[in-house]
Amino acid sequence: MTATESRVEYEPVIGLEVHVELATATKLFCGCANEFGAEPNTNVCPVCLGLPGSLPVLNERAVEFALRVGEAFQFTVPASSIFHRKNYFYPDMPKNFQTSQFDQPICADGTLVVDGTPVGIERAHLEEDTGKSMHVGGSGRIHGADHSLVDYNRAGVPLMEIVSRPEIHSAEQARAYVSELRSVLEAIGVSDVKMEEGSMRVDANVSIRPVGQEKFGTRAEIKNMNSLRSLGRAVAYEIERQRELLEAGERVVQETRHWDENDGRTHSMRSKEEAYDYRFFPEPDLVPVAPTDALREKVHAEMPELPAARRARLVEEWGINEHDADVLVADAGLANYAEAAVVAGAPGKDVVNWVTGEVLGFLNETGLAVGALPLAPDGLAELVGLVADGTISRSQAKDVLRECLEEPKRPKAVVAERGLAQVSDEGALGATLDGILAANATTVDEYRAGDDKVKKKKRGFLMGEAMKALKGQGNPQLLNRLLDEKLSA
Amino acid sequence: MTAREIAAQVRSGERSAREIVDEHLVSIELLEPEIHACNLILVEEARAQADAVDAARARGDELGPLAGVPIALKDNLCTHHVPTTCSSRILADWRPPYDATVVTKLREAGAVFVAKTNLDEFAMGSSTENSAFGPTHNPWDVTRVPGGSSGGSAAAVAAGYAPLALGSDTGGSIRQPAALCGVVGVKPTYGRVSRYGLVAFASSLDQIGPFASDVEDAALLLETMWGHDPCDSTSIDSTPEPIRPALLDGVEGLRVGIIDELAGPDGFQPEVLAALDRATTVLEAAGAKVDHVGVPSAAYGLSAYYLIAPAEASSNLARYDGVRYGLRVPADGVAEMNAATRDVGFGAEVKRRIMLGTYALSAGYYDAYYGQAQRVRTLIIRDFERAYEQFDVLLSPTSPTTAFPLGAKAGDPLAMYLSDVCTIPTNLAGAPAMSIPAGLDAEGLPIGIQVLAPVLGEAVMFRAAAALERGLEFTARPKLLEAR
Amino acid sequence: MAHRITHEDVLHVANLARLALTEREVDEFTVQLGAILEHAAQVEALDTEGVPPTAHPLPLVNVLRADVLRPGVDRDEILAAAPEAEQHRFRVPRILAEDEA
Ligand SMILES: [Mg+2]
Ligand SMILES: [Zn+2]
Repeated sequence: MTATESRVEYEPVIGLEVHVELATATKLFCGCANEFGAEPNTNVCPVCLGLPGSLPVLNERAVEFALRVGEAFQFTVPASSIFHRKNYFYPDMPKNFQTSQFDQPICADGTLVVDGTPVGIERAHLEEDTGKSMHVGGSGRIHGADHSLVDYNRAGVPLMEIVSRPEIHSAEQARAYVSELRSVLEAIGVSDVKMEEGSMRVDANVSIRPVGQEKFGTRAEIKNMNSLRSLGRAVAYEIERQRELLEAGERVVQETRHWDENDGRTHSMRSKEEAYDYRFFPEPDLVPVAPTDALREKVHAEMPELPAARRARLVEEWGINEHDADVLVADAGLANYAEAAVVAGAPGKDVVNWVTGEVLGFLNETGLAVGALPLAPDGLAELVGLVADGTISRSQAKDVLRECLEEPKRPKAVVAERGLAQVSDEGALGATLDGILAANATTVDEYRAGDDKVKKKKRGFLMGEAMKALKGQGNPQLLNRLLDEKLSA
Repeated sequence: MTAREIAAQVRSGERSAREIVDEHLVSIELLEPEIHACNLILVEEARAQADAVDAARARGDELGPLAGVPIALKDNLCTHHVPTTCSSRILADWRPPYDATVVTKLREAGAVFVAKTNLDEFAMGSSTENSAFGPTHNPWDVTRVPGGSSGGSAAAVAAGYAPLALGSDTGGSIRQPAALCGVVGVKPTYGRVSRYGLVAFASSLDQIGPFASDVEDAALLLETMWGHDPCDSTSIDSTPEPIRPALLDGVEGLRVGIIDELAGPDGFQPEVLAALDRATTVLEAAGAKVDHVGVPSAAYGLSAYYLIAPAEASSNLARYDGVRYGLRVPADGVAEMNAATRDVGFGAEVKRRIMLGTYALSAGYYDAYYGQAQRVRTLIIRDFERAYEQFDVLLSPTSPTTAFPLGAKAGDPLAMYLSDVCTIPTNLAGAPAMSIPAGLDAEGLPIGIQVLAPVLGEAVMFRAAAALERGLEFTARPKLLEAR
Repeated sequence: MAHRITHEDVLHVANLARLALTEREVDEFTVQLGAILEHAAQVEALDTEGVPPTAHPLPLVNVLRADVLRPGVDRDEILAAAPEAEQHRFRVPRILAEDEA
């Protein structure tokens, strides 16, 4: 093999399957609470436990959410969609079949624009979640465990499975796709999209092929990535692993691989040789879903603004840059907070500076959600106003904001408490300046005689003396103007 | 005594509900060793329910339409805290934490539950021999089967355990045992009676229905339990047209079709065909216009059924895995535990159907088997629709033969399946049908005639059945009862 | 016509259906299922070109439930009915084969 031959360029081909738990009040087919973190087996009933004789009835809200997803990603929502049973045995699954949509999903053929590039979405369908197993003994992992304990609280929670086309070509793009998908799902209010809590789960089908080759390479399915960061790392690792295999003249095996966050690698999950045979057939206990025009119109009318449109609007209306708009809108809660502050009277640009700076920094530092902040959006507007009218300086405002983020206090109250209000009274400032100029007559003379460089230096000294005398609370703009007037007099 | 008579006596105070239930419990105790219709006799529960009815009456409360009427429930209907076994080892000790919707409705109507009745395991069978707790015997001849799968409920009504019973009918499991036990049995339109709490066999075919000793009692029970149930997605959301007001309106001008494909001569006992002729004569005498009609695809009903029902069953019965309730046979590893539990917990017929259904759904065969059977189902529906353009009701034998001896078909599943050839097509079509007794054969065994009607056609079906009942004048009783 | 069911097919199906069949049962089912399927295969002979399948006998659509909480069942009662429970959960033997989750 020559050196040129071994330098084949590979193109990664990535398809993503995203499962999101819908934020309904109840499960997909029964009235049990859809709630994270409840005591084990407390949100269960005959239906979601698969007790003999029980029957499913579809949650109306889950259908509405599916239609919102349909709108948000420009899916085709067919006149009728149906549920199938996917049959396989697993102790997490009370009926030993999963009620899911198969060849007639509620959403088909959609698109998501990721950083300007459209990525096709093959389908999005409704299905029920499984219960959760806890493995006892061994390392707490499934392998080597002594036995397992099953909690069915999550069994029957509504999921949407959103399957992209294999049109993603890098780990960064995979990450950006999921990030944008998450923003959209959050914006339309159908899920709380928490990868860490498992309400959003991503599986990646990764393969690589020589650039220019039409045929797909053999793919591996990567599971167990529970943050955007691990998604990016896992896909990048897998691309590299496959490239090394191919470059060494070996083959990629079609298999499921498990991402291990600790060692930063994907590991083969040895599965039984036998292919799965799910024996899909139409669920006889449910009837087709045929969204009426009235329902479609209702969902359409209730559609909130999508992130892309929101970013464009904020750039236009507030005059902020694209990057700030991206940062703000990536978190719908943060963007809502900023918009509320603007409604309360603060200019958008100022609000965005504070929100993407100090506020976001505080949230990242503390891990708090924006909804948990003690400072209401109109409080932030109040702070912006205090800077704008010269009551406090920007650097004072930082301290005030910090206090208001840590404790439930209003900015004006903190300013008053700390005696921070700037001296903006012209008479008082003028008197202070007169005293300083008199006490530093030599400097004043040197200023008047000096060139620009000297002038700047002497002026700076006098200004500093004045501020010192005012304990830093002099209104700087006003003070500057008065000083210039007095020096040129 | 009919349910109507009992309800009237209780309402008037002529007899107490307690007195009536005790009387029925005595007959059950007496006959049960020979018949074995029950998996469980609800002595305490029945007395408590009866006492509650008497107390309500004493208070002057409004009494329900079935106040004080003893009823036997097929043991695949969920009863709160009362064992519901489906005659299977796998559920032998299971007590549901809830009542089936029909059970709730009957409780509210004041009915008194006297027994959970035997059935073919998970309602799979036509003889009630496939029960983990032993077969039920036909009260007309205890060496013979009562039919199935609701054989326990049919035998219970035939033997006077209760004037009413509930069964479930997936391919004839109410009508065929009703025919073999000489009682009335009704499969309503699919979706008329809630399936919530009926342990599923084949979901797209299962319907709960009444057994009674006469047509009017069957109508009373059906009217008490039908109607929309929000817990069953396949429940019909409309108020049914009542049956009883028109029950005695007669059949003058009614167009009645005899289904050629379901009337022999192959495999049909001549006395059964003779009873069909008698029924024809009776209806004509009452003013009906009777003619022959072809329902060509009905001949394929059995084949389609034995693909569809096992396929759905294989999935419905996957939940019996030893994890959440019922039997567990310990093993190392959860898959091994599932398989061991299911091997011990299920009887041969259930395993056979699970195997059949799993195969019919598996990759590569779906289209040839399940898919094709679903298309045949469409053809059957169309053929029936065409027939009902010319006829108001259709007629056929309920079962090709009268009750066969216990064990006669045990080794030949296919022969057993053939005993449902007349009843299966209506399950596939989702339409109602009922069996009424039409006489005895030479050996003194009852013969049933089936009246079929279009979807939602219960009122006209019952009207024709009532006219037949009046004309056929079937009054025979099992010798076992006369001996008492 | 679908092919005649073999001994291996029966073993494969038993595995899918989680039934631990004895060798005798496998032999019996091979014969019996063969006969039943042969009879059932009559449906294959029918011309169903262009005939849509019927999954459900009634033309119902959109049977939906309002997204409203309903009381469930008592945990103690449910766990008391379980073959084995531990820490308020259903206990199962170890999961040996890696199945789809
Ligand atoms: Mg899925
Ligand atoms: Zn539930």
